[in-house]
Amino acid sequence: MSRQSVAKAHQKIQELAWEPMYHQPVSHYGTDYTFRKAQKKDPLKQVLRSYFPMQEEKDHRVYGASDGAIRGNMFRQVQERWLEWQKLFLSIIPLPEISAARAMPLLFRNVPNPELHNGQAIQMIDEVRHSTIQQNLKRLYMNNYIDPAGFNSSLRNFQNDYCGTIGRQFAEGFITGDAITAASIYLTIVAETAFTNTLFVAMPAEAAANGDYLLPTVFHSVQSDESRHISNGYATLLMALADEGNHQLLERDLRYAWWNNHRVVDAAIGTFIEYGTKDRRKDRESYAEMWRRWIYDDYYRSYLVPLEKYGLVIPHDLIEESWNQIWNKGYVHEVAQFFATGWLANYWRIDPMTDKDFEWFEYKYPGWYDRYGKWWENYNRLSTPNGHHPIVAEDVDYQYPHRCWTCMVPCLVREDMVMAEVNGQWRTYCHEVCRWTDVEAFRPTYQGRQTPNMGQLIGAREWETLYHGWNWADVVKDMGYVRDDGKTMVAQPHLNLDDPKKMWTLDHLRRMGPLQSPNVLLNEMTDEERAAFHAQYIRGGPAGRFAR
Amino acid sequence: MTTATERSVPKPVFTDAEAGAKEFPDSTARRFNYFTPQKRKQTHYEDVTVEVQPDPRHYLAQGWLYGFADGRGGYPLDWTALKAWGSDRPEPERGPGTGGQGYEWPAHGWHEFRDPNEEWELSLYRYNANVVRQVNQNVDAARQAKAFEQWNPNWVRFVQQHIGAWMHVDHGLGLYLFANANRRGPTNMHNTAIAVNSMHLIRAAQDLALYQLTLSEEIEGFDGTAHLETWNADPAWQGVRETAERLTGIDDWGEAVFAANVVFQPLVGELFRSQLVMQAAPRNGDFVTPTIVGAEEYDFAERDLRYTRALYELLTSDREFADHNKRTLNAWLAEWAGTSIGAARAMQPLWSQPDHKPLRFEDALDRVKSRFAGIVTDLGLDIPKELER
Repeated sequence: MSRQSVAKAHQKIQELAWEPMYHQPVSHYGTDYTFRKAQKKDPLKQVLRSYFPMQEEKDHRVYGASDGAIRGNMFRQVQERWLEWQKLFLSIIPLPEISAARAMPLLFRNVPNPELHNGQAIQMIDEVRHSTIQQNLKRLYMNNYIDPAGFNSSLRNFQNDYCGTIGRQFAEGFITGDAITAASIYLTIVAETAFTNTLFVAMPAEAAANGDYLLPTVFHSVQSDESRHISNGYATLLMALADEGNHQLLERDLRYAWWNNHRVVDAAIGTFIEYGTKDRRKDRESYAEMWRRWIYDDYYRSYLVPLEKYGLVIPHDLIEESWNQIWNKGYVHEVAQFFATGWLANYWRIDPMTDKDFEWFEYKYPGWYDRYGKWWENYNRLSTPNGHHPIVAEDVDYQYPHRCWTCMVPCLVREDMVMAEVNGQWRTYCHEVCRWTDVEAFRPTYQGRQTPNMGQLIGAREWETLYHGWNWADVVKDMGYVRDDGKTMVAQPHLNLDDPKKMWTLDHLRRMGPLQSPNVLLNEMTDEERAAFHAQYIRGGPAGRFAR
Repeated sequence: MTTATERSVPKPVFTDAEAGAKEFPDSTARRFNYFTPQKRKQTHYEDVTVEVQPDPRHYLAQGWLYGFADGRGGYPLDWTALKAWGSDRPEPERGPGTGGQGYEWPAHGWHEFRDPNEEWELSLYRYNANVVRQVNQNVDAARQAKAFEQWNPNWVRFVQQHIGAWMHVDHGLGLYLFANANRRGPTNMHNTAIAVNSMHLIRAAQDLALYQLTLSEEIEGFDGTAHLETWNADPAWQGVRETAERLTGIDDWGEAVFAANVVFQPLVGELFRSQLVMQAAPRNGDFVTPTIVGAEEYDFAERDLRYTRALYELLTSDREFADHNKRTLNAWLAEWAGTSIGAARAMQPLWSQPDHKPLRFEDALDRVKSRFAGIVTDLGLDIPKELER
């Protein structure tokens, strides 16, 4: 478009920055990190003259594909098992995206490098792009997929569903608390650099295998912006590393951000990829294999480890522990089983697993059937109403889990559950690292050091507590997960839309006992009862089995 | 004979999962059902923006999950002194057995705001891509036509110093006022409109900077760095600079957007762009600069001011807090009109610099005052006496 070179153009726009002479810009966000002014270069040298037409061209491709999908009747080949999980994913993801846009100003006053501010402003508008293009994809699904329920209520349901609440950390963590912890370490260094690989590359590949080529179209277009964001994070990280006083905070924040991303993203994306697919070719990669490639090799070994020489303390132990959770402790399988246990409290349909699925799981994860096979057979058996309750209220040797107060995924790997009394409340945590996050990291002092800008974990963090003592029918009605006949539930534990008798209604739930909050019950126990309960709980599992 | 091994690829499967294939409860419920549209029918813009940023007062049952050091999370409504109806409603208390119901949507008046430009990603990229394409083509055409050779030395000096100085205003406000404010507004509709406003300004700043780069290559002796000295030391610009810096220092996002778009831009921005540059340039043989500055003028006058009017009109006609908002906005008007008029008057020497003079400064100022008064009156606010300084 222009005869001027990008390098010259980028150099010229650096003249736009100016040091205030009369008044300082407002400082809304604090950090405990310290930065010295440094001439750190914006590595991507993006100028808006080329940026806007480039993004417009990317849009042409995305919207052209969208038209093509509709004209070509893509939805005649889409697997319902897959699209149903998109009701959850696409209700979550627009908020993290827009939150990333909102996060950029947290860096302006704290990272004293105007050249980086340009990159951050472009990231801001990239994120507006991502959020709205993803909302648009969901709208297209709602209009063209057989079952719009759950898409049509998406943003209400995302906000009051416990799965949506888990996912919301992947948004609120970007925009609050210590500005660098949130907008740099949690957002760009870990979430974008590590976990968008599974979110925006691995998952779309699975979508394509399930007949949906629109998800890859949109998300690969999104991912093509991420390299810019990764560079923003990298430049800020190098500036932070230049001051030794930041190293302790960097170590803390990498540990928190890594672990929280692992708990949240691996739970959700692992479930979508492993339990949302119909592609059971033995040579297709499992989530564990993808994780090993995208996260362990590409991020950990190629990106993080080389930073060690600059003084960054890498959480090697937590990366190995995350792998241990995925490979040895069945983290993804435990989460998928829990989502299916609680199908009635969600807003999408969950397809039972078949013999073909069982065979694939056993091939990819040897020992899977002994752990989870029986439970999924029960899920299948109990999937249509026939005088019994939903599986959560039936005797299938599944102990309803406690919530992790920090990551809000339940304490599913039973042996790892720990407890702590904080502010007069007994809290449960899925792992020691989540206890550390709440009790030690998110505090105004850390290892004796004042950290007055560190954020807080707030909110009503156990969903079950809100509905303690409620009838399940009232719970589902309160959340609004009911179809337009006023009684049929949005969620179903099967994909059969042919026979109304096979669809669960509020009337079926009315017969169940009340919902009980594990945390309320825990806090009603005496100290001795609580200790005994904990000892029993950590002997339970796998697959949620009661302790023998 | 060789046998080809079958490639392992996913096989297409006919699933018949398209809309209308079956009838069942909700099978025709194909619209987002969690908000009330502004008009009878939901717009595409509303579908992709409304409710993406949650609010504990309606659906956010478990509340915000992460807070700042003071324990506050999300987007507190008191980040501005302005109020929309329902602003004083407390967030619902949650505890054992409370359930998750909030107030009925929209819970408070902030959620009634819709950007009349209906900005989302598709619109903003189309619009800005068109602008940069046109700006580039204009500059290229001028270069090919040797148009810059017509410029007299005084006009060359004017462009290198004063057009160059203005781009600092665009850049500073775009980044440190508007981009900053995109974290502050109470709904996604506010913050998205503000983010788009931010990009208009940053783009306009870069348009001017790259134009300067072209002029450095095309006009012998064009000093591409002269704008720095002008911005840093020219007394005619120090009032503008001080005002721009003060604007970026405003804590209250509602005040910042109002002061910038309702006061500063009409009184200073339009004075410089429409009443000086676009009037003086043609008389001095320059048909290019007005097209670049005009693109920015269109951004403001036709888009940024448009959403700004809609935003503040809602507040000055609010069913609960109209009087409170008018009092607050009138106080801001007085403060920022006084400051902006001071900055505008300090620019007066610029009017005498071109060989061929534009409209007289006082006439130009009267024009922008008149336009400003119209905007203010339309919003139901008082014309501040500071305007007469």
